[in-house]
Amino acid sequence: MVNEVCFRTLHCDRPWRLETYQSEGGYEALKMILAEKTPQEDIIEMVKQSGLRGRGGAGFPTGLKWGFINRTAPGEKYVVVNSDEGEPGTFKDRDILRYNPHALIEGILICGYAIGAATGYNYIRGEFWEPYERFEEAVTEAREAGLLGDNILDSGFGFQIHTHLGSGAYICGEETALLESLEGKKGQPRFKPPFPAMFGLYGRPTVINNTETLASVPDIVRRGADWFREIGVPNSGGPKLFSVSGNVVRPGNYEVPMGIPFAELLEMAGGMREGKRCKAVIPGGSSVPVLPGEIMMDVTMDYESIEKVGSMLGSGAVIVMDDSNCMVKVLERIAYFYYEESCGQCTPCREGTGWMYRVIHRIENGTGRQEDLDLLDDVAKKIMGRTICALGDAAAMPVASFIQHFRDEFQYHIDHKKCMV
Amino acid sequence: MSLRSEPMVRAQKFEDKESLFTREVREQIDTWVAKYPAEWKQSACMPALTIVQDMNGGYLTRDLMDQVADYLDMPPIAVYEVASFYSMYEHKPMGRHKICLCTNVSCMICGSDNILEHIRNRLGIGFGEVTPDGRFGLKEVECLGACGGAPMMQIGHTYYENLTPELVDQILDGLE
Amino acid sequence: MVTIEVDGQEITAVSGQMLIEATDAAGINVPRFCYHKHLTVVANCRMCLVEVEKAPKPLPACATPVSEGMKVFTRSPMAREAQKGTMEFLLINHPLDCPICDQGGECELQDVAMGYGSDVSRFSERKRVVRDEDIGTLIATDMTRCIHCTRCVRFGGEIAGLRELGATGRGEHMRIGVYIENSVVSELSGNVIDLCPVGALTAKPSRYQARAWEMAEYEGIAPHDGLGSNIHIHVRRNQIIRVVPRENEALNQTWISDRDRFGYQGLYSEDRLQQPMLRENGSLKVVDWQQALQATARLLKETLPQRIGALVSPSATLEEQFLTAQLIRGLGCQNIDHRLRQVDFRGDAADPRLPWLGQGVTDLAGNRATLLVGSWLRKDQPMLNHRVRQSVSEGGLVMAINPVAYAFNYDLEVDVVCAPSSMINELAGVAAALGADTLGITVVPDQAHQAIADALSAATQGTVLLGTVAIMHPDFSILRALAAGIAAKAGVSWGVVGSGSNDTGAWMVGAVPHRIAGGGTAEPGGMHFGAMLAEPRDLYFTVGFDPEMDTADPAATTAALGAAQLIGLGSYLTPWLEQHADILLPIGAFAETAGTLVNLEGTAQVFQGVTAPPGEARPGWKVLRVLGNLVDLPGFDQVDAAQVRDQALAACAGLAPDNTLGTSSDCAPLTAPGDWERIGGVPMYAVDGQVRRAKALQETPDAWGAVARLNTQAAAALGLEPNSAVRVTQGTGSAEFALRIDDRVPDGCVWLPIAVPGTQALGPGFGPITVNKV
Repeated sequence: MVNEVCFRTLHCDRPWRLETYQSEGGYEALKMILAEKTPQEDIIEMVKQSGLRGRGGAGFPTGLKWGFINRTAPGEKYVVVNSDEGEPGTFKDRDILRYNPHALIEGILICGYAIGAATGYNYIRGEFWEPYERFEEAVTEAREAGLLGDNILDSGFGFQIHTHLGSGAYICGEETALLESLEGKKGQPRFKPPFPAMFGLYGRPTVINNTETLASVPDIVRRGADWFREIGVPNSGGPKLFSVSGNVVRPGNYEVPMGIPFAELLEMAGGMREGKRCKAVIPGGSSVPVLPGEIMMDVTMDYESIEKVGSMLGSGAVIVMDDSNCMVKVLERIAYFYYEESCGQCTPCREGTGWMYRVIHRIENGTGRQEDLDLLDDVAKKIMGRTICALGDAAAMPVASFIQHFRDEFQYHIDHKKCMV
Repeated sequence: MSLRSEPMVRAQKFEDKESLFTREVREQIDTWVAKYPAEWKQSACMPALTIVQDMNGGYLTRDLMDQVADYLDMPPIAVYEVASFYSMYEHKPMGRHKICLCTNVSCMICGSDNILEHIRNRLGIGFGEVTPDGRFGLKEVECLGACGGAPMMQIGHTYYENLTPELVDQILDGLE
Repeated sequence: MVTIEVDGQEITAVSGQMLIEATDAAGINVPRFCYHKHLTVVANCRMCLVEVEKAPKPLPACATPVSEGMKVFTRSPMAREAQKGTMEFLLINHPLDCPICDQGGECELQDVAMGYGSDVSRFSERKRVVRDEDIGTLIATDMTRCIHCTRCVRFGGEIAGLRELGATGRGEHMRIGVYIENSVVSELSGNVIDLCPVGALTAKPSRYQARAWEMAEYEGIAPHDGLGSNIHIHVRRNQIIRVVPRENEALNQTWISDRDRFGYQGLYSEDRLQQPMLRENGSLKVVDWQQALQATARLLKETLPQRIGALVSPSATLEEQFLTAQLIRGLGCQNIDHRLRQVDFRGDAADPRLPWLGQGVTDLAGNRATLLVGSWLRKDQPMLNHRVRQSVSEGGLVMAINPVAYAFNYDLEVDVVCAPSSMINELAGVAAALGADTLGITVVPDQAHQAIADALSAATQGTVLLGTVAIMHPDFSILRALAAGIAAKAGVSWGVVGSGSNDTGAWMVGAVPHRIAGGGTAEPGGMHFGAMLAEPRDLYFTVGFDPEMDTADPAATTAALGAAQLIGLGSYLTPWLEQHADILLPIGAFAETAGTLVNLEGTAQVFQGVTAPPGEARPGWKVLRVLGNLVDLPGFDQVDAAQVRDQALAACAGLAPDNTLGTSSDCAPLTAPGDWERIGGVPMYAVDGQVRRAKALQETPDAWGAVARLNTQAAAALGLEPNSAVRVTQGTGSAEFALRIDDRVPDGCVWLPIAVPGTQALGPGFGPITVNKV
């Protein structure tokens, strides 16, 4: 079973249109809720039961997050969508926005209804112009069809959705940095607690969810929590979009049940290019630890299995590398990315990411020193868990894991001042 | 613990908003301002900078940033902070067509080095540079979220994916 | 309250408090850079990481709320390792050339590095170098040393109310600065020097002048406004190197104004009066003390008491004011006044027993409504304004009736800007809206009046503050009576906020013609300052008074004093004094004498002299005491300043601050709209002789020259080109000034300050003038 939820219109002509979405059962969940006046807590409970976990990377249970909102508190509450897709290797939300924007809109509305919010913001990264236009068209369509705006379908429930565009900063994918950015500031993560559920956008209670997470919600409501949960495996409910990139024959997004063996996913992506060996895989976006190909071949794609072998499912971005890749060079590029994208707010990340990059850079360029690998390990350890947000960890984990799994290659660079690949 | 929830409104507001930008630009900014709560006009800071950058041929000037500050009642430094934090804002001309080439991990694995080499040879410029005729500028960018089409680049609003040197030539030839 | 355990020690903490507040209160040291108790918590430096039981990773003490039973370890291996890790990161890009850094020896980074740093750096790359910006004459920048704690940035937004410094760029490229080179203009800007934990922001005037360990630290009281901020004075070899705040939560918290910080520079100006001088055969000659004192005593004894006029600075010490009053009254003269910037004395009979702020300083922050009348509080009293600003952040409203749309660092709920002559009507409008006495002024309240009235009545706590502009106003007595009536009707307090540092003290010890020490009525009363000018005396006895600058009416003052005999006790020798004074007695200025200043809330603050006065100068109280002996008066046998103070305070025992206003007999407004009116406030860096000579302050944008400001229409009506010049004539005086177009000035008015060079020939700050194109 593929493309059942977020991609369920993908087989249709012009899959992004309202009529296409409705022909696939779109907005039935919303209509049902509004018609039956489903109690808010029932919806939250349903989302909890579905086993849906945050698809942006952290994997936090979505229903739990919604439940944290004090629904009876007076004043505004907000739904914010994190469409600031920027984790290297990840390109799934772009396709949801381009091909099934109505699923997201319906998901936002259901969330808004469940937490008692009347306004939602979709924060789309600034480079995503085509997805932005698609989403805006869909919002217009929905509004014209009476599915969005004041008094939706005469139910008394009203909701507005606004799109906000980013301007180029990976850190804004971090939920509190995104909120800061939406408030017109630099995207610097906030210290937590308080979490957005208490103190979110404009200081108000806020649910902030990834695009894929919210786009999964309508089907949970329409087809039931059990239906959704049982697609996956225990603790990893539902299907998930995997963005497969790198040295594979058919890179792309695959919406498949969680728990699918990696080997099968690789097969769907056409296998390795030119029949080469799968040397290494980053299974969840550049922030998670790398794993050697041979380990990956025995792993299933769900939260627990990947954690067991020392990495994370993350955003579901699977970067596949064959044996023509130099691991030092790959790590150098990843380290450069975090150095470039550190917001600069807290000390270990601001100072440590540049330090790590420079050390890896000199190893890659033949001026590495014998003590460098221990130094890198130690610097990574001193960043890990010491920063306000997870970017510090994200910068540290690749470094530690690349050295752990490919130490020989790094040592060879240092000893011979050249690459072994 | 005191929390930061207040907009950075300055005490002295600039009254003569009509003197800023052009009417068209003001109207564009206003459509963004309308999306946010009235006291959070500053939420429109990023879109406003984008709008005036586009109007100005792709880069910001001090004057434009100050006008954004005046228009949104923000302290100028708060606008400078935003304008210098996000990578899509430019502070010098980047050519009529800014070529944003992704070199991040998926693109690198799929050969972005070759694409860069090809562009360099063809245009004679490196990252951060502009061709002498001002037609093209070249910029290294981080992952643009299109790794399935690696290697890729963005010019203007358009993504170009699965690049080969030949395809790059075709694309560049088609741009004035 | 909750009980927590820190390093095995049980301590109690307020629930909800951050851990670092609890450890600070218990005297347990946790290293930190970004945390400051008066700024928001950002938890970005990561220096205060500590181990908390059951937390998997170290937590920042500054952002971790305490909870009952919490067990904290500030020096466990996990905590130490985290702190050392942060220190290593902070040092990799920080220059390690402490010996050439101005902060060396008093650097928080250096101190903490001693405990948490490593001897050898593992960072072998090139360190970051940051270009410095010139941000003005007060603050030196060395931004390569910056560790990005952002205290300075937060200070700007949260305390100064003016975000000038920012953190631009991101990641390793983040820079603290103004981004586009610009002078920092906040009147509180110098506080970032103290906040900066490293040598990135240091005091420009004292840069590289002394090492921390070479300086002795003394306690002092700042002498330039009515708050009396508590300060530390740093002295090396009898010279003040710098002034920094001394914490006093009830007054200045941890801050001081730039005026209080850099004003000391004025002590070292070229024109300090260093020797006694006596006019002989038409010219002023240096003489010894004995000669000078005897000549003084002789002159005082020879002059008919009623023909003497005594003018004592509102910023003189309580001891000086007390002894001056004792001396003059002892001679049988009642003509003494300290209200040297006041022109309307019709309210003297109604004067309160002891005028004061009307509230405690901290109460200002709790006001729900504040009405400023003729006050640019932000520049006049920066720290009081800070409290008012705090009230605004708590939702309080501030309203103003002013002759200029003065810039505040908070929004004004209502800002009535009108010609000085209309201020009475505007205030009467508020009174009318409240149903308070309008003193016979007929006015129909408008929307603004009603809004002010409503805000004041609705406030559970509030105040009406009359500022320096109101005091200089020709109808001050009416403004004051209206304000008091409004306050009474609305159930809020009211007060007068002048510019002297010891106005309250002067009232207490009888440095006014109609009150004796202790607040009793002087019988008979003497002449007030205005009368002493209108009916010139034969001899003027002045203390700390510059006749050209420290007065409400330079033309009248210089005319009267210039024609009479003049004895001046002072610290500066101006060309005018050189030409007109008959005897000059050099006295110690700020920090050169022991003394007492009583602030606007009535708190007497005592300080010691910390440097010797220059040359032959002596503390003022000593000179006055000897004069008392020489004119054979009893009660002048004190051996030290403390005895003088004790006597002065004993004389005032039972006198408490009290703003109860009597009834004025004369309530006819003297101001009427003329063709042109002058608006003549005192710029913040012109309030006293010392500040006027503080070089660094004089180079800031807040030090204005004599510039005539008119709004666009007014300038056009006169056919004036921008940047041209105008001639202003007031009474018999006339002078030319550069024109500045400034739309904060109302129609028909010229904003032309007093107390700045070039304006001496003109009359009072407020009143009719003529303006001509040059």
